[in-house]
Order: sequence, then C-alpha cells, then structure tokens
Amino acid sequence: MADFLQLLVSGLATGSIYALAGLGFTLLWQASGTINFAQGEFVMLPAFAMLVLSALGLPLWAAFVATCILAVAVLGWGFKRAIADPLFKSGLMPIVVATLGLSIALRNGVRAGYTAEPQPFPSVFGDQLFHLGAVAVSLVDVGTLAAALALVLATQAFLTRTVTGRAMQAVAQNAASATVLGIDVPRMVFYTFAVNAVLACAAALLITPTYLAKFDMGESLGTKAFFAAVIGGFNNSRDALLGGIIVGVCENLAAAYVSAAYKDAVALAIFMLVILLKPQGLLGKPVERKV
Amino acid sequence: MRMRPRWLVAIAGSAVLLLVPPFLKGYGLYLLSYWLVFVIATMGLNLTVGYAGQASLGQAAFLGIGAYCVAIVMKAGLSFWLGLPLSGVLCFVVGLALGFPALRVQAIYLAFATLGFNVAVWLVMRNEEWLTGGTSGINDVGRPGLFGLSLEGNLAYYYLILAVASLLAALLWGLLRSPWGKAFTALRDNPIRAESLGVHVQAYTLLAFAIGASYAGVAGALFASLVQFVEPTPFHVGASFTMYLMVVVGGSGTFFGPVLGAVIGVLLPEWLRFAQGWYLVAFGVAVILLMLWLPEGLLGIPDRLRARSEARDAARDAAAHPEPP
Repeated sequence: MADFLQLLVSGLATGSIYALAGLGFTLLWQASGTINFAQGEFVMLPAFAMLVLSALGLPLWAAFVATCILAVAVLGWGFKRAIADPLFKSGLMPIVVATLGLSIALRNGVRAGYTAEPQPFPSVFGDQLFHLGAVAVSLVDVGTLAAALALVLATQAFLTRTVTGRAMQAVAQNAASATVLGIDVPRMVFYTFAVNAVLACAAALLITPTYLAKFDMGESLGTKAFFAAVIGGFNNSRDALLGGIIVGVCENLAAAYVSAAYKDAVALAIFMLVILLKPQGLLGKPVERKV
Repeated sequence: MRMRPRWLVAIAGSAVLLLVPPFLKGYGLYLLSYWLVFVIATMGLNLTVGYAGQASLGQAAFLGIGAYCVAIVMKAGLSFWLGLPLSGVLCFVVGLALGFPALRVQAIYLAFATLGFNVAVWLVMRNEEWLTGGTSGINDVGRPGLFGLSLEGNLAYYYLILAVASLLAALLWGLLRSPWGKAFTALRDNPIRAESLGVHVQAYTLLAFAIGASYAGVAGALFASLVQFVEPTPFHVGASFTMYLMVVVGGSGTFFGPVLGAVIGVLLPEWLRFAQGWYLVAFGVAVILLMLWLPEGLLGIPDRLRARSEARDAARDAAAHPEPP
C-alpha cells in the first residue's frame, strides 16, 4: 500500500508536468491552429538555457527569469513570426513539417553545439524525503505537483477572469468575430505564444532535475504532452490537467505492476480507449465543425 | 499539353534508373536501392496524406512490421516470396485495426494514434526477444532467388526493388485513375461535398490508410533483405517523421512527389555529411526554409514558374496592345 501511494504521488508529479506542456500545446492549437511538434524541444531548450546561465554565475531563480524572457522572445515571438505566421494560410501539413524540422534542428543543435551527455540540473525543492506513516514522499514530487497545479490554475484564472484572457479565448473560438468586436487578434495570438513559452520554461524547471537535461529529452515529453491534451479533451486547461495526471499516474503504476518495458505505450493505450469510447475527450463536449 | 514535360522527365528518369546502376560502385548502388525502398513507402504514405488528407506519423512502424515479418518468415525456413506478400497483407490488416478507431474522429487524431502506435511497435521490437531478437535484432536475412536466378548480388537485388517499385507505382496510378481513386481526391478537397455526393468518407479514408500501410509493409520486406539485418533503430518514430516530411516536401497529393521527397529525405542528409555533427541541424533548417518558400512542396515549382511566365506574357500583351483610353 505504501508503495502504491508513493507511486501515485510521483505519478501525479510527472503527470502535472505533462499537463503543463500539454496545456501550452492546446493553447497554440486553439489560438492559431498551430500543431507544434517541437513542443518537447520548447521544454528542452529552456532547460539548457538555465544551465548555461547558472554556469555563468546567475542564481537559479535569476536564470529562470532570464530564460522566461528569452523564451518569450525566441520561442514565442520568434517562432510565431518566423514559422507560424507565414505558414498559417497553408493549412496543417506545412506547419507540421516545419515544426518537425525545427525539432530536428534544435535537438541536434544542442547535441552538436553543447553536449550529448545528460547534464544534472539543480532542483528547486532540494532532495529531502519526509514520512507520512509508512509512506516516504519526496519533497521534489510534492513541490512539483503543487507548483504545476498552481500554474495550471493560474493560467485558467488568467484565461477566464481577466479581460485579456477572455479576449484570447474569443480569438481562439472565432477570430473573425473577435476582430469585429475590436479585439487586436494578432496581439492576442502572440500572448498565447508567450504563455506557451513561459509554461514550457516552468515545465523545464520542474522536470529537468528528475529527467536530467539531455538533447533528446523533448522527444518523449512532447508525445506525452500531446496525449495529455487529447485525452483531456483539447478544450480548456482543466482538461489538459486531467489528461496529464491520468497519463502520469497510469504510466507509473503500469511500470511498477505490469511491465516497465512498456511504460511508454500506456499513454497510447489510454488514448485509443478514449477515442473509441469518448472521442471528444474525457471532459470535452462535442464541437460542431466549421465547413 | 500540360503534362508533357513531366512525363519526359519521368521517362528520362526511368532510363537513368535502368541504365546507370551497372556503372555504380557499391555504396552508390546501396543508396539508390535504399532510396527506392523509401519511394515505395512514401508512395503509400502519399496516398494517406496527400490523397486522403490524413496526417499519418507511423509509417516507419509499418515499414518495421514488414521487415520483421520477412525476416521471421525467412528464419523459419520459408520463402521470401511468401514473406513479401504476407508483409503487405499484415500491414493492411493492422492498418485497418488502427485506423478504425482513429478515423472516427477529427483528422488530427490519426496523427497521434499513428505516432503512439509507432512507439508501441518499437517497444515490441525492442522487448520481445523471443520474436524479434530485441536490440541485437535478426542477423543474416537472406536475399531471394527467382526462377533459378539468384538475386543475391547487389545489382540484381536493385533491379528487383526497381521492378517492385514500378509495379506498385503502376498499381497506384491505376487506383488513382479509377472512380475509386477519384473519390479519394474528392474527399481530400472537400469532405463534406464528397459525403453529400455519396462517398462513404470513413470507409474510403480507412482504405486509403490501410493501402498506404501495406505499401510500407512491402517496402519493409525489401528493406530487410537489402540491409540483411533487422533491428529496431530504423523504425523509430523519427523515421516516421522523416517519411511524412518526404511526402510533404516533395509535394503531397502529386504522383511524383514522393520520388522527389525521398531524394531530400534519403540523399540530402548524405550530401550534408560534410557538416558532421551539424548535418541534421542543416537538414532541419533546410526543411523549415523549404516549407516557408514552397508550402506546397517541390513539385509546386513548375506551377509557380508557369504562373510567373503567364503573368509576364499577360503583361507583355497588355503593353503591346494598350487598351484604348
């Protein structure tokens, strides 16, 4: 039972990271129809940026803030202007291929230009364990879960409670009507890209201590983020959170009780079940499609 | 009229593929064979992506299923000629089973389903040692003979791949010209209109996907005997991405798109080897730039040139015969 609870907690922690990356993915998809296959690399790159900045002598918090600013500029604004905007009109395929190309370039750029070895990464939460009865829980897991939950809820609150957030949602639902209502659509789309970049930095800060900074760390992370988003239902941030946590927990439990070798197939299995039984996602409502 | 230059290029290309290989050295011949295998696989993917309008990111899994199928069949002492069709049929069936749930919902779901499927298949290849030999793979996959003729040599085997590729290309050509194939295109261009004209959208997309998968299966079977060693690495998700990229870069939904796309995907990285560790970076950047410049793929170039020359002609006509004021 103690084992089970420990697995559950660490699964929740991993799942909340999937949710963070998946949330950014959902936001981009809704606001601009951009399917970002470099989403995993958008987490990997800030991890290395923080490492480099820390090596230059910045404390971790300062490195994180600087990385967030850099990420908004490069992974938000730069990505939008250089790739997403020009390909917006060309439909889904070119943007998928361009982001695939981007992920190949970024991954191998870090490998060739920095290092191919996994790098240790300082944890925000230290490495204490504390005991609740027979259950040993690590502070990293609890801290990660709490921080990720707070971020998802903060994003949700921003999107539903603030004027800017509501304008962003309006753009995601119907850009034409939003324009008519006087919303600055390009600016709102940029905000979405910026939020995605910041969420990616946060995910990097939280996950890298456990997974180590490695050029290909984005690969499985990106896939899990997609699955988290789709399992939840692709509709709002709460859904992505649920999807991420389901994937994280099931994966951890399956690795321990069923087969460690097939851990990475768990997300697929859940995904297939979900689209067979409830294609709009667990919390999603069916959406009428535009002609 | 419009098609003529394209066909001239195709005929010239076929002549080169038939006549040049005897003069090639080992590695050149190997690369050419390798390229043809990917032409077959991406032809199938093009049917799914270009003609049926679905995003499939699991073609490498089908390639792998085909390769392992032939390797296992041959290790069991059975003939390559049994393994080859079996690979195609197996992939067709698996494609139906995978596509059925995924195609019930939005187009993009197939992308995720195939991507996850690729991960799962790769894990099976790596972990089920009793069947696949795990990471050490299956060694010494033989090459077949035909009517007493050995295809053991590199050149002979190249001609086998060329023959299969031509046969499958002809089949695809016939399929696309049939009313059945017209339905595929109708469906890609406007699914709702196609549906209202009586095309059963799900059945057709599912079939397109399964046929595309069976092409990859056959390609995988040829691949196994080409490299004579099957292990999980070439069938990783990354290879699926590369194949998807080949289709779109070449020009999805055009018959010769995969031929060109496979050149980019297979041969461009070879040419970029001088960049050493950076060659994949250069490749990724090249792909991004190509998409920005030509979102419709390389086969969009002739159309662009034609549009430009027409615009120039129109301008000249307008200058020569000014409208009376």
